[in-house]
Amino acid sequence: MRMKIDDLKRTFGDRTVLDGIDFDDEVNTLAIIGPSGGGKSTLLRILGGLLEPSAGRVALDGEQLPVDEAGLERYRASLGFVFQDGGLFHHLSARENIALPLRVVHGVRESEAAERANALLERFGLASEGSKRPAQLSGGQRQRVAIARAVAPRPRMLLLDEPTSALDPEYTTEVLDLLRDLKDEGTRFIVVTHEMGFARHACDKVAFLAGGRLLEYGSSAEVFGRPRTPELKRFLGKLLEWSV
Amino acid sequence: MRNPFSVQPDERPRPVQAAFNYLVVCLLIIGFFWVSLMQVGVALDFGFVGQYRARIFDGLLLTLQISAGSLVMSLLIGLPVAVGRGSRILPVRYLCDVYVKLMRGTPLLAQIYLFFYIVGTAWGVENRLVAGIIILSIFSGAYIAEIVRGSLNSLDAGQLEAARAVGFTRRQTLRYVVVPQLVSRTLPALTGQLASMVKDSSLLSVIAVIELTQTMQEISSATFNLFGTYLFLAGAYLVLTLPIMFASRYFERRLDYAHEDR
Repeated sequence: MRMKIDDLKRTFGDRTVLDGIDFDDEVNTLAIIGPSGGGKSTLLRILGGLLEPSAGRVALDGEQLPVDEAGLERYRASLGFVFQDGGLFHHLSARENIALPLRVVHGVRESEAAERANALLERFGLASEGSKRPAQLSGGQRQRVAIARAVAPRPRMLLLDEPTSALDPEYTTEVLDLLRDLKDEGTRFIVVTHEMGFARHACDKVAFLAGGRLLEYGSSAEVFGRPRTPELKRFLGKLLEWSV
Repeated sequence: MRNPFSVQPDERPRPVQAAFNYLVVCLLIIGFFWVSLMQVGVALDFGFVGQYRARIFDGLLLTLQISAGSLVMSLLIGLPVAVGRGSRILPVRYLCDVYVKLMRGTPLLAQIYLFFYIVGTAWGVENRLVAGIIILSIFSGAYIAEIVRGSLNSLDAGQLEAARAVGFTRRQTLRYVVVPQLVSRTLPALTGQLASMVKDSSLLSVIAVIELTQTMQEISSATFNLFGTYLFLAGAYLVLTLPIMFASRYFERRLDYAHEDR
């Protein structure tokens, strides 16, 4: 999918969070990395149609990000978004979390929606958890349900905002394995992550965002193998300090 | 053998144990009143119940009608007020705020007199029953506004963002996310409010609405059986409010999806 971003800016009050992002490339699997407060989540939420940019343009496959609410609703429905805490609806079972948007937003018939939800739960190792509500699931299970909900309408792209940051290490692996499997099947995604191993080995491209600017972008081997900016070198160096 | 009167922390009493302990508590309360009655030297006589059963039944029915009517009407008042308290239009916000504070900060008795004799007379509300339902609804609407406001504030912003992310329209978000979550959060408290309204309706006796309390007062003055009538009156209200309180507790457990153990 062709993603084109022109001079994208976002401010909150007098704080500039995105300070002129430019991007133009084919996106299959992209990891956005960088220090906290660097604008990663803000960028992802703009790409997801959840946050209005202050200035600049975004286009996916030549289609401009809509500005009207109806257009935005269609745009959001064409993408799958996964939040840090999953964003599952508290009052619905895992199965209903997946099936409800299928029926209501995508006009899938009730029987087919239930079928698709069950098939996804089965595939993601959640066959016996379908009737449980989010509070009854583990963090890793919740995140897998959230990913199932996001992929269920067969979106053109997944957007994942730190999907493993709130998880214990063993659940993190569970979720990352799932994402790698999805990638191997050809699912496109953009993921904001602190899991450098995943960014390096499971994503084709990596973007390094710091201070509201896109400082480095390239294939993951390139970005991790030969960091050019002092910011990225320092960022990666810090991460290596405590690695095994 | 374990102590039948106590449980471990976090342990739920067994049904037999719960029943036994409830019985003990009831006996204690009854015993206390029994001894009190003996001390005062009053013999209880419930003979009036048979004699006046038609009037008692009418009074009970009217109390139920007032409560049900006020519940509907106070919801109609309370819901918009709850929304209005978050309004960006300041006169609306402050009006809702002042209304809630006035109603919660003054006694219902004063409200009944002031409304019925001044506002009601000025605007031609002469039917005592209608006036009673209106007054009780205005009073109770303030409490309902508080209840609903609390649940509105406790709605998680993440839930709304997730609703947008899956592509829901505003209307769909309201219907599939906001309303179900609000209902499950407010229903227990609203049911509790209904129990309060049943009790509060007794104050309408001061403007001679012939509901349960007024009926019993009339019977009391006709038979000079003060203790019998008021004891019966208290019992009759309990018969109405206890099931409502149980329902409230039931909703609370049933709808508590935020907890794992259900």
